[in-house]
Amino acid sequence: MREEPRRDFWVGSFVLLGLVGIAYLSFSIGGVSYRGPGGLQLVASFDEVGSLKNRAKVVIGGVKIGQVKAIQLGDNFRPRVVLDIDGRLALPSDTSASILTAGVLGDQYIALEPGGDSEVLKGGDSIQFTQSAVILERLIGKLVKNLGSGDSKKSGDSK
Amino acid sequence: MTPFGAVSALGGWTVGAVRDLGRFSVFSASVADAGRRPPLRLRRLVAEVYDTGVLSLLIVCVSGFAVGMVLGLQGHNTLARFGADQQLGAVVGLALIRELGPVLTSLLVAGRAGSAMAAEIATMVVTEQLDGLRMMSVDPLDFVVAPKAFAMILSMPLLSTLFVLFGILGGYVIGVVVLGGDGGAYMSTLEDAVEFSEDVLGGLIKGGVFGVLVGLIATYRGFTATPTSAGVSSAATSTVVIASVSTLIVDYFITALWGT
Repeated sequence: MREEPRRDFWVGSFVLLGLVGIAYLSFSIGGVSYRGPGGLQLVASFDEVGSLKNRAKVVIGGVKIGQVKAIQLGDNFRPRVVLDIDGRLALPSDTSASILTAGVLGDQYIALEPGGDSEVLKGGDSIQFTQSAVILERLIGKLVKNLGSGDSKKSGDSK
Repeated sequence: MTPFGAVSALGGWTVGAVRDLGRFSVFSASVADAGRRPPLRLRRLVAEVYDTGVLSLLIVCVSGFAVGMVLGLQGHNTLARFGADQQLGAVVGLALIRELGPVLTSLLVAGRAGSAMAAEIATMVVTEQLDGLRMMSVDPLDFVVAPKAFAMILSMPLLSTLFVLFGILGGYVIGVVVLGGDGGAYMSTLEDAVEFSEDVLGGLIKGGVFGVLVGLIATYRGFTATPTSAGVSSAATSTVVIASVSTLIVDYFITALWGT
């Protein structure tokens, strides 16, 4: 069959373009490769993790330093969260972790607050001080209950 | 029609449908076999990728851009009611990557390249070119059908990816440039919402499966066309109809099996 360099060039560019597109979708948008610096693994136990997901971000003062690697059920039925954070950070051993929500409907993430201890957390250590996720439904439930009891008193008064 | 005749007609139809399905399966298996066995005929494959893939680029990219713009507009209007217009990137991206990209690309390519493929092979049947090949002891499955089918399988995921990227660009143009949303929020909600294994891989698999479907249906319809001019046109028509409908049906099952 006759060689057709021009056509071959177009086919080559088409395939290349498609592969670059797939790579962009997978790596940049799909986030396959992004692990950040990573390296230091810490464990934190909470009473309640709410809707925290794998790959949720871990921040200090709003700066992303890592992500959630695994969420399991640990001892005493307490959720156990493994964090994968930047290995270059020397976090004091009295660092605390809390689960926060980005905005009212946003995703949940973990915020670390470094303490003042001179000892440093090493890989595999667990974070002692944790604050669980706030579950909006329970808050609303409490609020409604309180309001409800207030109303019944008032209606009782008016009788 | 007597009741006996009606039942016989139903029986005849069923036997015909089963026979057609069986022929299609045998045909698919022989195409797969032809792709595995030398001679591989890579030059023929390149020529067919040019016809199927490169020549479909323009229509796929333009359609993707238009669909992205519509999604941007509709998504913005709907999300703004809930004050969640920041999430526009996630809505546009997920809709395109998971569903609209692969499905619409498949429908477009079935109409643009699938019908041409079926008509070309059917014309070769009518003009006895396939018989000519057989006389020269060249297997037409090997020389004509397999390169076309594999070109479709190769092109579909690539075209679908480009559809998705142009759609995301279209959504960006409407949501950010025209309606004045936040560009950073568009991209970051998109990147947060899209997971590789659940969304991107699922979309690529859909693209591949649709490529197999459209490629095999188009070549089968052409290969088994009745050797008349009406046969050529009915091969092209039925390719578009059957490929489009089966794309939509198979899409449901892939989503149901893959989705969580």
